[in-house]
Amino acid sequence: MNFSAGLAVAYPELILGAGALLLLVVGAFAPRSTGVVGALSILALVAAAVAAAVQPLGSAFAGGLVFDSAAAFAKVAIYLASAVCVPLGQRWFERRGIRNFEFPILIVIAALGMGIMASSGDLISLYLGVELHSLALYVLAAMHRDDARASEAGLKYFVLGALSSGLLLYGASLIYGFAGSTIFTDIAAAVRGGAGTGVLFGLIFLICGLAFKVSAAPFHMWTPDVYEGAPTPVVAFFAAAPKLAAMVLFGRALGQGFAGAAGQWQEVLIAIALISVAVGAFAGLAQRNLKRLWAYSSIANVGYAILGMASGTAEGMQSMLVFMVLYMIDVTGFFACLAALSRQGRPMETIDDMAGLIKAQPGLGLAMTAFSLSALGLPPFSGFWAKVYVFKAALHAGLAWPAVLGLVGSVVAAFYYLRLVKVIWFDAAEGATDRPAPEARGIAVALALFSFPVVMVALRWIDPLAATAARAFGLA
Amino acid sequence: MTGILSLTTFAPIVGVVGILILRFFGRPEEPRTLNAARWIALIATLATFALSVLMLAGFDPNQAGFQYLEDAPWFGVFRYRMGVDGISVLFVILTTFLTPLCIIASWKSITSRVLEYMIAFLMLETLMIGVFTALDLILFYIFFEFGLIPMFLIIGIWGGQRRVYAAFKFFLYTLLGSVLMLAAILTMVAISGTSSIPALMTYHFDPGLQIWLWLAFTASFAVKLPMWPVHTWLPDAHVEAPTAGSVVLAGILLKMGGYGFLRFSLPMFPSASQFFTPLVFALSVIAVIYTSLVAWRQVDMKKLIAYSSVAHMGLVTIGIFSGNVQGEQGAIYQMLSHGVISGALFLCVGVVYDRMHTREIAFYGGVVNRMPWYAAVFMLFTMGNVGLPGTSGFVGEMLSMTGAYAASTWTAILAATGVILSAVYMLTLYRKVVFGELVNPKLAAIADLEVREVVIFAPLMVATLLMGVMPSWIFNVTQASVDHLTQTYRAAIGG
Repeated sequence: MNFSAGLAVAYPELILGAGALLLLVVGAFAPRSTGVVGALSILALVAAAVAAAVQPLGSAFAGGLVFDSAAAFAKVAIYLASAVCVPLGQRWFERRGIRNFEFPILIVIAALGMGIMASSGDLISLYLGVELHSLALYVLAAMHRDDARASEAGLKYFVLGALSSGLLLYGASLIYGFAGSTIFTDIAAAVRGGAGTGVLFGLIFLICGLAFKVSAAPFHMWTPDVYEGAPTPVVAFFAAAPKLAAMVLFGRALGQGFAGAAGQWQEVLIAIALISVAVGAFAGLAQRNLKRLWAYSSIANVGYAILGMASGTAEGMQSMLVFMVLYMIDVTGFFACLAALSRQGRPMETIDDMAGLIKAQPGLGLAMTAFSLSALGLPPFSGFWAKVYVFKAALHAGLAWPAVLGLVGSVVAAFYYLRLVKVIWFDAAEGATDRPAPEARGIAVALALFSFPVVMVALRWIDPLAATAARAFGLA
Repeated sequence: MTGILSLTTFAPIVGVVGILILRFFGRPEEPRTLNAARWIALIATLATFALSVLMLAGFDPNQAGFQYLEDAPWFGVFRYRMGVDGISVLFVILTTFLTPLCIIASWKSITSRVLEYMIAFLMLETLMIGVFTALDLILFYIFFEFGLIPMFLIIGIWGGQRRVYAAFKFFLYTLLGSVLMLAAILTMVAISGTSSIPALMTYHFDPGLQIWLWLAFTASFAVKLPMWPVHTWLPDAHVEAPTAGSVVLAGILLKMGGYGFLRFSLPMFPSASQFFTPLVFALSVIAVIYTSLVAWRQVDMKKLIAYSSVAHMGLVTIGIFSGNVQGEQGAIYQMLSHGVISGALFLCVGVVYDRMHTREIAFYGGVVNRMPWYAAVFMLFTMGNVGLPGTSGFVGEMLSMTGAYAASTWTAILAATGVILSAVYMLTLYRKVVFGELVNPKLAAIADLEVREVVIFAPLMVATLLMGVMPSWIFNVTQASVDHLTQTYRAAIGG
């Protein structure tokens, strides 16, 4: 396939890449026009999502960029989730006196990188996508320059992210050296009967690097600090879409590149999944800061998604996709709640700040309750369905004990979600809250309505789409 | 008449919508608004009761299978399936019968956040009915689990001193049992490829797998019922919950456990059920004797009745796992009767608690001098709980015991001591509270039942006596389904 035909597969990337560069120029010449840049960024993201939804499938650039049903599914979700964060963050920064046009552009660039991650068919584009989105995220984390904690978060994120990139790159070079190719399909041929020591070594490094990116334990240490320090809407962004992108990449590398070594990576994934669930559940018990709490919650939840993937079946990949999409909605919604709330100009970030929220802000109180119960996995909220998919796949694949341990972990975690619900509903309010930020409140309430009841209907579409997407991972 | 089942199940939600409209357009916290919310909740629950009676009227008791079937595609293998058979239809009636009484019982005792309270209660009613009408495993699980939330709020917001502790204990205990059940449900769906309850009732799972599935389901039902030794959440939850919460908890939520054994454990895992029958008998006998003794020594009225519930549920599990028609019929009857009687007993406690704000037995004594009507009402339900012939309690206990005798003589003999012990603790309670000299000066001005309370107790008294002297109308409804259940169970275990 020649180069120009290859471009036809990369419409979403082209739209986002060209859009980001164009918007940089606009911003450079008209630095006051943040509103226009924001609107155009949303437009670019939505256009890319539409392109990803309708354009024909195929692969390009010698297999480096794969646009299959999994990539299409992931990209639509990633671009839309990114688009939601543009208004959420821009207004938040404006209220804090930061009117910079770079914020939406960085989101577009990050989305571009995530799209490449979701479509990467070889180790080179894997690394390119990971780096592109990570660099944008480091800057976003430190965007609130005058805030010492945000700068610290950005630096921590950068240093540890660089470490994980190093792991990724080292693993990739080992795989290339021993398997003789960087393209997943060629690697698959080399490891058909199981991975040899060299490739396995590389694979483990690759898994560690990717586990770092999705913040699975024991590579999770950066998560609580970065979540706590970074600006809330930025956390809403990088707790959601990048995780999906990294998980799709994870699934693609394992499914398309290392299907022959499934028995070998399965064990590693089960271990990572269960450690993540345990760390998320137990360490979360000690947290008072909600952003830290949700960092641990995200560690546990990523553990569940990895457990689904560890099934090593198409059903498992489907469960991972459904899980991540439903989880994204929860986590974005929760951080939108936090972004909306403040008391006398001070952000409300600890559990105790939420006392009596249901009286002070019934809408946000209900939304936060819904997100907590959803993250707990209580029916009928979206998080329950996510867990149903994961555990059904795991149990179908014969992973009975990991599934049961995972479920028991969710009961431990239930305590801290319930504590939040208790504080919101039972405790007396301590002073009035400020008027909530309208756009954040709107986003939070809309996402809560998705969590229940819309999800009960939406799954009729998500289910078959994810099933089609999961077949692209090349597992039975 | 298809659709009446969904209509009954979701009718309370209409009330929820009504109260929400009130919340947004009326002035919350104004007495008129609060009263309107109470009336909306009462009318919604009464309408639900009417619908359920209509459904019972059209129910054909000669059919063993499910009726009023509804089946609509959902997603994946899951479908929206509803239906009732002779067993579940009566639990629906029990739910719709008790809920309006709970609303009336909360009329004056709940004064803060009335709108939320009514919404929580109406949602709880929908979820409780749904548990008994759902014919899809995942739908059943949603109703079963979602019910935790309104109950958590009811205990935690409107409960007593240690309400937060009790609410957490209730929630986490039940959740731990339920997630294990979820694992079993997903395993069953993954293996059989369907989540239809009727289809799974005839599906033959591998006997080795049945053991695990049975254990997982039992983890959930044993906590819910509750069986000894996982009953410890119940006394806390009962004591801390507001009166109406206790009524629903004892009257309906506990019955979900017994219903689960009948609907899932016996038909779906017959060989495992047979295998574990001695274990269930042993735990049940311990529950009957031990919790009866514990009940005897309680100083708190609600706690006493809570422990008595555990003991009575022990008889239910013995009846269910005896595996014969008498046992099953007795267990079902016992559950229905206990639903009415224990609910009524909690309401009796509520009457004096509303006046004196204490449940301590020692505080009372001689209230018959001031409250003769109350004493009479309390007497009837005390006798019902003891299982006096002529009350509904007798029929259920008698039949469970007969069934148990056929299955295991020793179990029946030991369980029979529970009947004696129940007389001991109930009569002790009654004597200490009602009879004797009125020594506590605070009781001097205590008032007898008011009209509202008479309205609550009258239907419960009628039900207790009617079920005591005319059990046949209930047996007619359950007969075909129970016969079918026991026949298939006995055929499956080869007995």
